Amino acid sequence: MMDSLILRTGVRLLLPLMLLFSIFILWRGHNEPGGGFVGGLICAVGFALHALAFGVRAMRLLLKVDPRTVLGAGLLVGILPGFVGGLLSGAPYMTSQWLGAVGTPLLFDIGVYLVVVGAILTMVETLMEEGED
Amino acid sequence: MTVFLETCLAVSVGLVAIALVLTAIRVLRGPTEGDRIVAIDLFGVLAVAMIAIFAIWLGEQVFLDAAIALALVAFFGTIAYARFVEHKAALKAKEPSDG
Repeated sequence: MMDSLILRTGVRLLLPLMLLFSIFILWRGHNEPGGGFVGGLICAVGFALHALAFGVRAMRLLLKVDPRTVLGAGLLVGILPGFVGGLLSGAPYMTSQWLGAVGTPLLFDIGVYLVVVGAILTMVETLMEEGED
Repeated sequence: MTVFLETCLAVSVGLVAIALVLTAIRVLRGPTEGDRIVAIDLFGVLAVAMIAIFAIWLGEQVFLDAAIALALVAFFGTIAYARFVEHKAALKAKEPSDG
């Protein structure tokens, strides 16, 4: 934990901006460069910055849930939409199903996003807890 | 693209490239760790500038998003490195000075 007023004020302003940008990248990955992986990385770096400025415990309070839970939920969200096509028409696994502009690929991308956020934050939490005592 | 803009872009690419090389030399040589940290931060800013120039040159709007992402993320490395240096100094101060 760094006891710096400049860093703390900066992070307070930057974290919402980074979260917004990560969602934007995730959403734009639908048709243009971007996607769940890059968006998840930016989101995870935002939370890691918060952990650097305020300590790992404060980041955990901000996140509300264990990063490992986020990872597991992301895997589930990523895997399950692949079965939708099979259930509806017997199509092979991971066949895209569309409902207008959104479909199962978006759900898969959200799953990737959550897995990346969960994995990076688990690493950050473990590494920084070790350095803090 | 006008001739003037093209000339400006060519000149600025050259200048930023020279600055990148000089910064890389500072990162490699940097007598103290502080020099290296500042140089790495500068390297990130220059990379953002380079991406922005190429976005204008090639007319690709998508490149600007890479520049935004890099600008948001680049200083994270700087802060993490600074924290590492601070941590090392604290550890050194705690150790008995017999070595």
